Amino acid sequence: MDINDLRSLMTVLGLLCFLGIVGWAYGKSSKKGFEEAANLPFVGDDDLDETKKTSHPR
Amino acid sequence: MSVTKTTYNDKVVRQFAVMTVIWGIVGMLVGVIIAAQLVWPELNIGWLHFGRLRALHTNAVIFAFGGSALFATSYWVVQRTNHTRLWGGPLIPFTFWGWQVVILLAAITLPLGITQAKEYAELEWPIDILITLVWVSYAVVFFGTIAKRTVSHIYVANWFFGAFIIAVALLHLVNSAAVPITLTKSYSAYSGVQDAMIQWWYGHNAVGFFLTAGFLGMMYYFVPKQAGRPVYSYRLSVVHFWALIFTYMWAGPHHLHYTALPDWTQSVGMVFSLILLAPSWGGMINGIMTLSGAWHKLRDDPILKFLITSLSFYGMSTFEGPMMAIKTVNALSHYTDWTVGHVHSGALGWVAMVSIGSIYYLLPKLFGKTEMYSTKLVTTHFWIATIGTVLYIASMWIAGVMQGLMWRAVNVDGTLAYSFVESVKGSYPFWAIRWLGGVLFLSGMLIMAYNMFKTMAGGKIQDVPVNAAVAHHA
Repeated sequence: MDINDLRSLMTVLGLLCFLGIVGWAYGKSSKKGFEEAANLPFVGDDDLDETKKTSHPR
Repeated sequence: MSVTKTTYNDKVVRQFAVMTVIWGIVGMLVGVIIAAQLVWPELNIGWLHFGRLRALHTNAVIFAFGGSALFATSYWVVQRTNHTRLWGGPLIPFTFWGWQVVILLAAITLPLGITQAKEYAELEWPIDILITLVWVSYAVVFFGTIAKRTVSHIYVANWFFGAFIIAVALLHLVNSAAVPITLTKSYSAYSGVQDAMIQWWYGHNAVGFFLTAGFLGMMYYFVPKQAGRPVYSYRLSVVHFWALIFTYMWAGPHHLHYTALPDWTQSVGMVFSLILLAPSWGGMINGIMTLSGAWHKLRDDPILKFLITSLSFYGMSTFEGPMMAIKTVNALSHYTDWTVGHVHSGALGWVAMVSIGSIYYLLPKLFGKTEMYSTKLVTTHFWIATIGTVLYIASMWIAGVMQGLMWRAVNVDGTLAYSFVESVKGSYPFWAIRWLGGVLFLSGMLIMAYNMFKTMAGGKIQDVPVNAAVAHHA
């Protein structure tokens, strides 16, 4: 096997890894955790706008 | 646990925040001076000629102003979002004083002509070693603080700050590798086209990680805080982060189009630069849309004006960048003032404005006040800075495209239609407008300094207890 095959393989694996991350980020399982994380800057203080207490997952 | 509550370490944030404004004024003043030197060449005197001062300007605005802003905001954000005090003991003040010494050494060596002659990595090897020590301490403090967090999640802003710290360490170590000859002279470990590629792998990732990832960390904390609502889409912020990480490292070759760099490498650089448009705009939209449903806040909140305008400039320059990375466009734009305009659309419009907005957010909180001494002056600063930026980039667009067209114009017999000096002559009025834009931007910083010292005066510095709200503890 040529070293360039390995290089191509790395690129393809890199892309698959990224697509995996996208799938994970938009998957159902991460929704609740993300919502908690998104509110971290506001926990325990009062500068959160009354009209918007939680972030809606998009 | 002792009876007394643990407090946040805001001392180092205070120090870096104040120095952000001071170094901003110094760096931008040098910028205004070299802009004047291009219009009035007789201002090039002795050591203080353009060739020496230009490196001082770039180092001062990027590493002294931008660097201090990044230290200040990252130290604030990492404590506030992880609900814990900054960790690292003596390493914390060392990052502040060490960084100030680096800046002073730069201010001494660069006008003396002591340089490694690598753009944005000019400082000679002893200073490079000090930078490495400061940077490793910074990483230990930052990641040490994250490690002892009392919440389970690591908020997205910390991911951006963390990536910025790691990537800059990697870039600095590789690109600064050199063989020292004397205390003030060294030769790069690389040569020829490899040297050029490593330099622009460094150079573009300094843009991508120092001037982008770090400041996106600011955006992901200060925009939601100032708008009073969580970021528009946390999912998008995760994809934004990883997309930038996966693509930025490959974009460097676009600085070396039509050089001895292999053609395929240039094409890879061009393609990855084009791909970068997607995550950049994803991030920009995520920041701006955080304000969705609360647009009215823009009307009378100048801090929000700074933050949101910075995102507009971020969007503009991350559209312009990929376009300029296309080889045929680059054939026109390269080596012209268009590049200088592009850089400043990012540097003034994005980096400086998001820093200024964040520092305005921090200053009253750091000095025991509820708001800045004068909100009106913040608004004045905003408009002066915006007009200055627009004058700067518009004049450089015109000058750049004009230069590119003049340099490539040929007569029917194939000879050049213009001599180089004719393009210099044609550029004069635009260089004068650029100088004016710079003067305006600098004036804004002077207003900020006045407002800052007035805010600091008589303020009671109080240690703030660490957030004890039981929020999804690990």
